[in-house]
Amino acid sequence: MSMFNLNNSYKAVVIGGSAGSFQGVVKILSQLPKGFPLPIIMALHRLKHVRHGFVEALSLKSVVQVVEPDDKEPLKKGGVYLAPANYHLSVELGNNFSLSTEEMMNNSRPAIDITLGSCAYVFKDKLIGILLSGANKDGALGMKYIKDRGGMTIVQEPSECMIETMPKAAMAVTQIDHVLKVDQIIEFFKELDKQYK
Amino acid sequence: MQDIDIVDLKKISEFIFQKYQYDFRNYAMSSFKRRVQRILELKKLTVDGLIKKLTETPSFINEFLDELTVNVTEMFRDPSFWRIMREEIIPAILLNHKQFKIWHAGCSSGEEVLSMSILLKEMGILDSVQLYATDLDTTILERARSATYSLKNMELNEKNYIRFQGAGSLTDYYKVENGYAVFNKDLLANVNFRKHDLVLGEAFNKFDLILCRNVMIYFNQTLQNDVLKKFHESLFKYGYLAIGSKESLIWCDYANRFIVVNNEEKIYKKIKD
Ligand SMILES: C[S@@+](CC[C@H](N)C(=O)[O-])C[C@H]1O[C@@H](n2cnc3c(N)ncnc32)[C@H](O)[C@@H]1O
Repeated sequence: MSMFNLNNSYKAVVIGGSAGSFQGVVKILSQLPKGFPLPIIMALHRLKHVRHGFVEALSLKSVVQVVEPDDKEPLKKGGVYLAPANYHLSVELGNNFSLSTEEMMNNSRPAIDITLGSCAYVFKDKLIGILLSGANKDGALGMKYIKDRGGMTIVQEPSECMIETMPKAAMAVTQIDHVLKVDQIIEFFKELDKQYK
Repeated sequence: MQDIDIVDLKKISEFIFQKYQYDFRNYAMSSFKRRVQRILELKKLTVDGLIKKLTETPSFINEFLDELTVNVTEMFRDPSFWRIMREEIIPAILLNHKQFKIWHAGCSSGEEVLSMSILLKEMGILDSVQLYATDLDTTILERARSATYSLKNMELNEKNYIRFQGAGSLTDYYKVENGYAVFNKDLLANVNFRKHDLVLGEAFNKFDLILCRNVMIYFNQTLQNDVLKKFHESLFKYGYLAIGSKESLIWCDYANRFIVVNNEEKIYKKIKD
Protein backbone atom coordinates (compact mmCIF):
# COMPACT_ATOMS: atom_id res chain seq x y z
CA MET A 1 0.00 0.00 0.00
CA SER A 2 2.93 2.31 0.68
CA MET A 3 2.84 4.03 -2.68
CA PHE A 4 4.11 7.32 -1.34
CA ASN A 5 7.45 6.44 0.25
CA LEU A 6 6.96 8.76 3.22
CA ASN A 7 8.93 9.54 6.33
CA ASN A 8 8.45 11.73 9.36
CA SER A 9 10.74 14.59 8.42
CA TYR A 10 8.02 16.84 7.02
CA LYS A 11 7.21 20.05 8.90
CA ALA A 12 4.20 21.45 7.04
CA VAL A 13 1.63 20.91 4.30
CA VAL A 14 0.55 23.77 2.07
CA ILE A 15 -2.55 23.62 -0.14
CA GLY A 16 -3.54 25.90 -3.01
CA GLY A 17 -6.89 25.91 -4.74
CA SER A 18 -9.26 28.00 -6.77
CA ALA A 19 -12.43 27.46 -8.77
CA GLY A 20 -13.79 24.00 -8.05
CA SER A 21 -11.50 23.26 -5.12
CA PHE A 22 -13.93 23.98 -2.29
CA GLN A 23 -15.58 20.52 -2.23
CA GLY A 24 -12.22 18.80 -2.33
CA VAL A 25 -10.83 20.87 0.53
CA VAL A 26 -13.95 20.24 2.61
CA LYS A 27 -13.64 16.51 2.00
CA ILE A 28 -9.95 16.41 2.87
CA LEU A 29 -10.48 18.40 6.08
CA SER A 30 -13.44 16.26 7.11
CA GLN A 31 -11.37 13.09 6.89
CA LEU A 32 -8.15 14.35 8.36
CA PRO A 33 -6.68 11.81 10.78
CA LYS A 34 -7.32 12.80 14.41
CA GLY A 35 -4.30 14.55 15.85
CA PHE A 36 -2.66 15.03 12.46
CA PRO A 37 0.67 16.49 13.54
CA LEU A 38 1.62 19.02 10.86
CA PRO A 39 0.29 22.49 10.28
CA ILE A 40 -1.81 22.75 7.13
CA ILE A 41 -1.61 26.13 5.43
CA MET A 42 -4.18 26.94 2.76
CA ALA A 43 -4.29 29.68 0.15
CA LEU A 44 -7.61 29.47 -1.66
CA HIS A 45 -8.91 32.06 -4.08
CA ARG A 46 -11.87 33.87 -2.58
CA LEU A 47 -13.89 37.04 -2.82
CA LYS A 48 -11.64 39.94 -1.90
CA HIS A 49 -14.10 41.94 0.10
CA VAL A 50 -16.01 39.30 1.96
CA ARG A 51 -14.30 38.87 5.29
CA HIS A 52 -16.76 36.45 6.86
CA GLY A 53 -18.33 33.13 6.01
CA PHE A 54 -15.61 31.26 4.16
CA VAL A 55 -13.61 30.03 7.10
CA GLU A 56 -16.84 29.10 8.91
CA ALA A 57 -18.00 27.11 5.88
CA LEU A 58 -14.68 25.25 5.76
CA SER A 59 -14.74 24.58 9.50
CA LEU A 60 -18.23 23.14 9.48
CA LYS A 61 -17.17 19.61 8.61
CA SER A 62 -13.48 19.89 9.34
CA VAL A 63 -11.94 17.69 12.02
CA VAL A 64 -9.92 20.71 13.14
CA GLN A 65 -11.27 24.25 13.35
CA VAL A 66 -9.86 26.32 10.49
CA VAL A 67 -8.23 29.61 11.49
CA GLU A 68 -7.52 32.77 9.52
CA PRO A 69 -4.31 33.76 11.28
CA ASP A 70 -3.61 37.25 12.49
CA ASP A 71 -0.36 38.85 11.45
CA LYS A 72 2.62 37.29 13.32
CA GLU A 73 0.49 34.54 14.80
CA PRO A 74 2.68 31.51 15.61
CA LEU A 75 2.11 28.28 13.64
CA LYS A 76 0.91 25.44 15.78
CA LYS A 77 1.41 21.74 15.17
CA GLY A 78 -1.79 20.40 13.73
CA GLY A 79 -3.25 23.85 13.14
CA VAL A 80 -5.26 24.35 9.96
CA TYR A 81 -4.88 27.84 8.51
CA LEU A 82 -6.54 29.79 5.73
CA ALA A 83 -5.25 32.96 4.05
CA PRO A 84 -7.69 35.76 5.00
CA ALA A 85 -9.64 37.77 2.43
CA ASN A 86 -7.67 40.51 0.69
CA TYR A 87 -4.31 39.56 2.27
CA HIS A 88 -1.39 37.51 1.07
CA LEU A 89 -0.29 34.95 3.63
CA SER A 90 3.38 34.10 4.21
CA VAL A 91 5.37 32.14 6.74
CA GLU A 92 8.38 33.75 8.43
CA LEU A 93 11.58 31.99 9.47
CA GLY A 94 10.64 32.25 13.15
CA ASN A 95 7.67 29.97 12.44
CA ASN A 96 4.99 32.61 12.50
CA PHE A 97 2.69 33.96 9.84
CA SER A 98 2.78 37.36 8.27
CA LEU A 99 0.18 39.09 6.18
CA SER A 100 0.62 41.59 3.40
CA THR A 101 -1.47 43.84 1.20
CA GLU A 102 1.00 43.80 -1.69
CA GLU A 103 -0.36 44.13 -5.23
CA MET A 104 -2.50 41.29 -6.48
CA MET A 105 -0.53 38.49 -8.10
CA ASN A 106 -2.11 36.46 -10.89
CA ASN A 107 -5.13 38.65 -10.27
CA SER A 108 -5.42 37.27 -6.77
CA ARG A 109 -5.00 38.34 -3.18
CA PRO A 110 -4.42 35.96 -1.48
CA ALA A 111 -2.12 34.62 -4.19
CA ILE A 112 -1.21 30.95 -4.01
CA ASP A 113 2.27 31.55 -5.43
CA ILE A 114 3.11 33.84 -2.53
CA THR A 115 2.04 31.40 0.17
CA LEU A 116 3.68 28.43 -1.54
CA GLY A 117 6.84 30.42 -2.23
CA SER A 118 7.28 31.59 1.33
CA CYS A 119 6.58 28.10 2.71
CA ALA A 120 9.15 26.65 0.31
CA TYR A 121 11.70 29.20 1.49
CA VAL A 122 11.14 28.44 5.17
CA PHE A 123 10.51 24.66 5.13
CA LYS A 124 12.72 23.70 2.16
CA ASP A 125 12.63 19.89 1.66
CA LYS A 126 10.41 19.46 4.72
CA LEU A 127 7.35 20.72 2.86
CA ILE A 128 4.51 19.04 0.99
CA GLY A 129 2.66 21.19 -1.53
CA ILE A 130 -0.77 20.26 -2.88
CA LEU A 131 -2.45 22.10 -5.74
CA LEU A 132 -6.12 21.51 -6.48
CA SER A 133 -8.65 22.50 -9.12
CA GLY A 134 -8.55 26.04 -10.48
CA ALA A 135 -9.04 28.23 -13.52
CA ASN A 136 -5.77 30.15 -13.68
CA LYS A 137 -2.03 29.61 -13.36
CA ASP A 138 -1.60 30.82 -9.80
CA GLY A 139 0.25 28.20 -7.80
CA ALA A 140 2.26 26.76 -10.70
CA LEU A 141 5.36 28.82 -9.90
CA GLY A 142 4.84 28.15 -6.21
CA MET A 143 4.93 24.41 -6.89
CA LYS A 144 8.14 24.92 -8.82
CA TYR A 145 9.71 26.72 -5.82
CA ILE A 146 8.69 23.81 -3.63
CA LYS A 147 10.22 21.25 -5.99
CA ASP A 148 13.37 23.32 -6.52
CA ARG A 149 13.92 23.42 -2.77
CA GLY A 150 13.47 19.67 -2.43
CA GLY A 151 9.87 19.52 -1.21
CA MET A 152 7.19 17.10 -2.33
CA THR A 153 4.63 18.15 -4.95
CA ILE A 154 1.12 16.79 -5.41
CA VAL A 155 -1.61 17.94 -7.76
CA GLN A 156 -5.21 16.90 -8.05
CA GLU A 157 -5.78 14.58 -10.99
CA PRO A 158 -6.82 16.94 -13.81
CA SER A 159 -9.61 14.62 -15.02
CA GLU A 160 -11.24 14.89 -11.59
CA CYS A 161 -10.94 18.70 -11.43
CA MET A 162 -13.87 20.92 -12.18
CA ILE A 163 -11.29 23.13 -13.90
CA GLU A 164 -7.95 21.56 -14.71
CA THR A 165 -5.97 24.68 -15.66
CA MET A 166 -4.21 25.04 -12.34
CA PRO A 167 -2.83 21.53 -11.83
CA LYS A 168 -1.96 21.34 -15.52
CA ALA A 169 -0.03 24.60 -15.33
CA ALA A 170 1.98 23.22 -12.42
CA MET A 171 2.66 19.97 -14.30
CA ALA A 172 3.96 22.02 -17.20
CA VAL A 173 6.55 23.97 -15.19
CA THR A 174 7.86 21.47 -12.67
CA GLN A 175 8.10 17.84 -11.68
CA ILE A 176 5.02 16.63 -9.82
CA ASP A 177 5.61 13.71 -7.50
CA HIS A 178 2.02 12.49 -7.29
CA VAL A 179 -1.08 13.14 -9.36
CA LEU A 180 -3.96 12.11 -7.12
CA LYS A 181 -7.71 12.13 -6.79
CA VAL A 182 -9.14 13.71 -3.67
CA ASP A 183 -9.77 10.26 -2.15
CA GLN A 184 -6.13 9.36 -2.70
CA ILE A 185 -5.05 12.64 -1.11
CA ILE A 186 -7.08 11.62 1.91
CA GLU A 187 -5.23 8.27 1.95
CA PHE A 188 -1.99 10.18 1.61
CA PHE A 189 -2.77 12.18 4.75
CA LYS A 190 -3.56 8.98 6.63
CA GLU A 191 -0.31 7.39 5.63
CA LEU A 192 1.63 10.53 6.44
CA ASP A 193 -0.02 10.63 9.84
CA LYS A 194 1.17 7.07 10.60
CA GLN A 195 4.79 8.10 10.14
CA TYR A 196 4.49 10.29 13.21
CA LYS A 197 2.70 7.87 15.53
CA MET B 1 12.70 35.55 -10.37
CA GLN B 2 16.16 35.86 -8.78
CA ASP B 3 16.37 33.93 -5.59
CA ILE B 4 18.11 35.96 -2.94
CA ASP B 5 19.01 34.82 0.53
CA ILE B 6 19.05 36.35 3.95
CA VAL B 7 22.69 37.38 3.67
CA ASP B 8 21.79 39.53 0.65
CA LEU B 9 18.81 41.04 2.43
CA LYS B 10 20.95 41.89 5.45
CA LYS B 11 23.58 43.41 3.22
CA ILE B 12 21.02 45.66 1.54
CA SER B 13 19.25 46.78 4.73
CA GLU B 14 22.58 47.39 6.50
CA PHE B 15 23.83 49.44 3.56
CA ILE B 16 20.66 51.57 3.42
CA PHE B 17 20.82 52.15 7.14
CA GLN B 18 24.46 53.29 7.06
CA LYS B 19 24.19 55.42 3.96
CA TYR B 20 20.64 56.80 4.07
CA GLN B 21 19.43 56.34 7.66
CA TYR B 22 16.37 54.29 6.87
CA ASP B 23 16.08 51.19 8.95
CA PHE B 24 14.57 48.13 7.28
CA ARG B 25 16.60 45.72 9.40
CA ASN B 26 13.56 44.69 11.39
CA TYR B 27 11.05 44.47 8.59
CA ALA B 28 9.24 41.15 8.15
CA MET B 29 11.51 39.01 6.03
CA SER B 30 9.01 37.49 3.61
CA SER B 31 7.55 40.71 2.23
CA PHE B 32 10.88 42.59 2.38
CA LYS B 33 12.42 39.82 0.30
CA ARG B 34 9.66 39.97 -2.30
CA ARG B 35 9.95 43.76 -2.51
CA VAL B 36 13.70 43.61 -3.06
CA GLN B 37 13.29 40.87 -5.66
CA ARG B 38 10.69 42.96 -7.41
CA ILE B 39 13.03 45.95 -7.61
CA LEU B 40 15.90 43.82 -8.87
CA GLU B 41 13.64 42.48 -11.58
CA LEU B 42 12.14 45.87 -12.48
CA LYS B 43 15.54 47.53 -12.71
CA LYS B 44 17.35 44.48 -14.08
CA LEU B 45 19.93 44.58 -11.31
CA THR B 46 21.83 42.13 -9.17
CA VAL B 47 22.17 42.68 -5.42
CA ASP B 48 25.61 44.21 -5.87
CA GLY B 49 24.34 46.22 -8.83
CA LEU B 50 21.59 47.64 -6.65
CA ILE B 51 24.04 48.66 -3.94
CA LYS B 52 26.30 50.22 -6.55
CA LYS B 53 23.41 52.18 -8.01
CA LEU B 54 22.34 53.40 -4.58
CA THR B 55 25.93 54.43 -3.86
CA GLU B 56 26.50 56.31 -7.08
CA THR B 57 23.04 57.81 -7.61
CA PRO B 58 21.72 59.26 -4.34
CA SER B 59 18.57 60.52 -6.08
CA PHE B 60 17.61 56.89 -6.73
CA ILE B 61 16.82 56.40 -3.04
CA ASN B 62 13.36 58.01 -3.28
CA GLU B 63 12.33 55.82 -6.17
CA PHE B 64 13.79 52.85 -4.32
CA LEU B 65 11.76 53.64 -1.19
CA ASP B 66 8.62 54.10 -3.24
CA GLU B 67 9.06 50.65 -4.77
CA LEU B 68 10.15 49.01 -1.54
CA THR B 69 7.16 50.12 0.49
CA VAL B 70 3.77 48.56 -0.14
CA ASN B 71 1.38 51.41 -0.90
CA VAL B 72 -1.74 49.45 -1.84
CA THR B 73 -4.74 51.05 -0.15
CA GLU B 74 -8.48 51.77 -0.55
CA MET B 75 -11.01 54.31 0.59
CA PHE B 76 -13.24 52.99 3.39
CA ARG B 77 -11.24 49.78 3.51
CA ASP B 78 -13.28 47.41 5.72
CA PRO B 79 -16.55 49.40 5.67
CA SER B 80 -17.61 47.87 9.00
CA PHE B 81 -14.54 49.49 10.60
CA TRP B 82 -15.64 52.89 9.34
CA ARG B 83 -19.16 52.38 10.60
CA ILE B 84 -17.80 51.68 14.08
CA MET B 85 -15.66 54.82 13.79
CA ARG B 86 -18.74 56.89 12.98
CA GLU B 87 -21.15 55.27 15.39
CA GLU B 88 -18.95 54.53 18.40
CA ILE B 89 -15.40 55.82 18.46
CA ILE B 90 -15.77 59.41 17.21
CA PRO B 91 -18.92 59.97 19.33
CA ALA B 92 -17.01 58.64 22.36
CA ILE B 93 -14.19 61.12 21.75
CA LEU B 94 -16.70 63.95 21.24
CA LEU B 95 -18.19 63.31 24.67
CA ASN B 96 -15.07 64.80 26.22
CA HIS B 97 -13.52 66.94 23.51
CA LYS B 98 -15.12 69.37 21.13
CA GLN B 99 -11.85 69.57 19.25
CA PHE B 100 -9.43 66.73 18.78
CA LYS B 101 -6.51 65.34 16.80
CA ILE B 102 -6.13 62.24 14.63
CA TRP B 103 -2.91 60.74 13.28
CA HIS B 104 -2.87 58.54 10.18
CA ALA B 105 0.47 56.78 10.45
CA GLY B 106 1.50 55.21 7.14
CA CYS B 107 -1.17 57.08 5.17
CA SER B 108 0.11 55.96 1.76
CA SER B 109 -1.68 57.74 -1.12
CA GLY B 110 -4.23 59.27 1.25
CA GLU B 111 -7.38 57.21 0.73
CA GLU B 112 -7.66 56.49 4.44
CA VAL B 113 -7.34 60.18 5.39
CA LEU B 114 -9.90 61.19 2.79
CA SER B 115 -12.27 58.57 4.12
CA MET B 116 -11.89 60.08 7.58
CA SER B 117 -12.43 63.63 6.26
CA ILE B 118 -15.59 62.56 4.48
CA LEU B 119 -16.81 60.76 7.59
CA LEU B 120 -16.13 63.85 9.73
CA LYS B 121 -17.75 66.13 7.19
CA GLU B 122 -20.86 63.99 7.16
CA MET B 123 -20.92 64.20 10.96
CA GLY B 124 -20.63 67.98 10.64
CA ILE B 125 -17.39 68.21 12.61
CA LEU B 126 -14.67 68.39 9.97
CA ASP B 127 -13.64 71.87 11.16
CA SER B 128 -13.10 70.69 14.72
CA VAL B 129 -10.57 68.02 13.93
CA GLN B 130 -6.88 68.39 13.21
CA LEU B 131 -5.56 65.53 11.09
CA TYR B 132 -1.94 64.48 10.63
CA ALA B 133 -1.09 62.11 7.82
CA THR B 134 2.43 60.75 7.68
CA ASP B 135 4.42 58.30 5.61
CA LEU B 136 8.03 57.41 5.01
CA ASP B 137 7.61 57.51 1.26
CA THR B 138 7.73 61.10 -0.07
CA THR B 139 6.58 60.09 -3.55
CA ILE B 140 3.38 58.61 -2.18
CA LEU B 141 2.84 61.64 0.09
CA GLU B 142 2.79 63.86 -2.98
CA ARG B 143 0.07 61.68 -4.42
CA ALA B 144 -1.85 61.91 -1.16
CA ARG B 145 -1.65 65.72 -1.22
CA SER B 146 -3.00 65.79 -4.77
CA ALA B 147 -6.07 63.73 -3.74
CA THR B 148 -6.25 62.52 -7.33
CA TYR B 149 -6.96 58.90 -8.16
CA SER B 150 -7.38 56.89 -11.31
CA LEU B 151 -11.00 56.12 -12.15
CA LYS B 152 -10.13 52.44 -12.23
CA ASN B 153 -9.65 52.56 -8.45
CA MET B 154 -12.86 54.47 -7.86
CA GLU B 155 -15.05 51.47 -8.53
CA LEU B 156 -13.84 49.75 -5.38
CA ASN B 157 -13.89 53.00 -3.39
CA GLU B 158 -17.51 53.57 -4.39
CA LYS B 159 -18.45 50.04 -3.38
CA ASN B 160 -16.82 50.48 0.00
CA TYR B 161 -18.52 53.84 0.52
CA ILE B 162 -21.91 52.28 -0.20
CA ARG B 163 -21.23 49.51 2.30
CA PHE B 164 -20.11 52.15 4.79
CA GLN B 165 -23.59 53.64 4.25
CA GLY B 166 -22.36 57.18 3.77
CA ALA B 167 -24.79 60.07 3.81
CA GLY B 168 -24.64 60.79 0.11
CA SER B 169 -22.74 59.52 -2.87
CA LEU B 170 -18.98 59.44 -3.14
CA THR B 171 -19.31 61.38 -6.39
CA ASP B 172 -20.42 64.37 -4.29
CA TYR B 173 -16.80 64.74 -3.24
CA TYR B 174 -14.89 64.62 -6.50
CA LYS B 175 -14.84 65.82 -10.09
CA VAL B 176 -13.62 63.82 -13.02
CA GLU B 177 -10.74 65.54 -14.81
CA ASN B 178 -8.74 63.94 -17.62
CA GLY B 179 -9.80 60.48 -16.57
CA TYR B 180 -8.95 61.05 -12.91
CA ALA B 181 -11.10 61.52 -9.84
CA VAL B 182 -9.97 64.79 -8.24
CA PHE B 183 -11.28 65.22 -4.72
CA ASN B 184 -12.48 68.49 -3.31
CA LYS B 185 -9.47 70.09 -1.62
CA ASP B 186 -11.63 71.50 1.20
CA LEU B 187 -11.65 67.97 2.57
CA LEU B 188 -7.92 68.26 3.16
CA ALA B 189 -7.89 71.79 4.63
CA ASN B 190 -7.22 70.46 8.13
CA VAL B 191 -4.83 67.73 7.08
CA ASN B 192 -1.16 68.14 7.79
CA PHE B 193 0.78 65.83 5.48
CA ARG B 194 4.34 65.24 6.50
CA LYS B 195 7.17 62.81 6.13
CA HIS B 196 7.68 60.73 9.24
CA ASP B 197 9.52 57.48 9.80
CA LEU B 198 7.89 55.24 12.37
CA VAL B 199 11.13 53.34 12.94
CA LEU B 200 13.69 56.09 13.49
CA GLY B 201 11.37 59.06 14.01
CA GLU B 202 10.29 60.34 17.42
CA ALA B 203 6.79 60.91 18.73
CA PHE B 204 5.91 64.45 17.55
CA ASN B 205 2.51 65.28 19.02
CA LYS B 206 -0.32 63.93 21.19
CA PHE B 207 -3.47 62.46 19.70
CA ASP B 208 -6.95 61.33 20.62
CA LEU B 209 -6.99 58.73 17.87
CA ILE B 210 -4.25 57.03 15.87
CA LEU B 211 -4.89 54.91 12.80
CA CYS B 212 -2.03 52.69 11.75
CA ARG B 213 -3.63 50.10 9.55
CA ASN B 214 -1.73 47.59 7.45
CA VAL B 215 1.62 49.17 8.19
CA MET B 216 3.00 47.12 11.07
CA ILE B 217 2.33 43.90 9.15
CA TYR B 218 5.55 44.77 7.31
CA PHE B 219 7.50 44.81 10.58
CA ASN B 220 8.81 41.93 12.64
CA GLN B 221 7.66 41.54 16.24
CA THR B 222 10.60 43.42 17.73
CA LEU B 223 9.82 46.44 15.62
CA GLN B 224 6.07 46.19 16.21
CA ASN B 225 6.85 46.32 19.88
CA ASP B 226 9.01 49.45 19.52
CA VAL B 227 6.46 51.22 17.36
CA LEU B 228 3.65 50.41 19.77
CA LYS B 229 5.65 52.21 22.46
CA LYS B 230 5.76 55.30 20.25
CA PHE B 231 2.02 55.15 19.69
CA HIS B 232 1.51 54.77 23.41
CA GLU B 233 3.60 57.89 23.96
CA SER B 234 1.69 59.75 21.23
CA LEU B 235 -1.75 59.05 22.67
CA PHE B 236 -3.54 60.97 25.39
CA LYS B 237 -4.72 58.74 28.18
CA TYR B 238 -7.99 57.14 27.00
CA GLY B 239 -7.03 57.82 23.40
CA TYR B 240 -7.72 55.19 20.72
CA LEU B 241 -5.47 53.15 18.49
CA ALA B 242 -6.83 51.37 15.41
CA ILE B 243 -4.77 48.78 13.55
CA GLY B 244 -5.60 46.58 10.56
CA SER B 245 -8.38 44.03 10.93
CA LYS B 246 -5.93 41.10 10.85
CA GLU B 247 -3.27 42.60 13.09
CA SER B 248 -2.83 41.99 16.78
CA LEU B 249 -1.12 43.68 19.70
CA ILE B 250 -1.30 40.77 22.09
CA TRP B 251 2.32 39.75 21.62
CA CYS B 252 3.65 43.24 22.44
CA ASP B 253 5.04 44.31 25.86
CA TYR B 254 2.87 47.40 25.95
CA ALA B 255 -0.35 45.53 25.19
CA ASN B 256 -1.35 45.62 28.87
CA ARG B 257 -1.51 49.40 28.79
CA PHE B 258 -4.38 49.16 26.33
CA ILE B 259 -7.80 47.57 26.46
CA VAL B 260 -9.66 46.13 23.51
CA VAL B 261 -12.58 48.34 22.55
CA ASN B 262 -13.59 46.39 19.47
CA ASN B 263 -11.91 43.07 18.79
CA GLU B 264 -13.43 42.52 15.37
CA GLU B 265 -12.16 45.86 14.06
CA LYS B 266 -9.00 45.89 16.18
CA ILE B 267 -9.61 49.13 18.03
CA TYR B 268 -7.75 49.64 21.31
CA LYS B 269 -7.82 52.27 24.03
CA LYS B 270 -4.87 53.46 26.10
CA ILE B 271 -5.76 53.07 29.77
CA LYS B 272 -2.35 53.33 31.47
CA ASP B 273 0.49 55.79 31.04
C1 LIG C 1 -0.26 49.23 2.83
S1 LIG C 1 0.01 50.93 3.17
C2 LIG C 1 -1.29 51.26 4.35
C3 LIG C 1 -2.25 52.30 3.88
C4 LIG C 1 -3.50 52.47 4.74
N1 LIG C 1 -3.17 52.75 6.11
C5 LIG C 1 -4.42 51.28 4.60
O1 LIG C 1 -4.61 50.52 5.57
O2 LIG C 1 -4.99 51.07 3.52
C6 LIG C 1 1.49 50.92 4.14
C7 LIG C 1 2.20 52.27 4.20
O3 LIG C 1 3.15 52.27 5.28
C8 LIG C 1 4.25 53.05 4.89
N2 LIG C 1 5.42 52.73 5.72
C9 LIG C 1 6.20 51.63 5.67
N3 LIG C 1 7.21 51.75 6.55
C10 LIG C 1 7.06 52.93 7.18
C11 LIG C 1 7.80 53.62 8.20
N4 LIG C 1 8.90 53.10 8.73
N5 LIG C 1 7.35 54.83 8.60
C12 LIG C 1 6.23 55.37 8.06
N6 LIG C 1 5.51 54.77 7.10
C13 LIG C 1 5.91 53.57 6.66
C14 LIG C 1 4.42 52.72 3.43
O4 LIG C 1 5.16 53.71 2.75
C15 LIG C 1 2.98 52.58 2.94
O5 LIG C 1 2.53 53.76 2.35
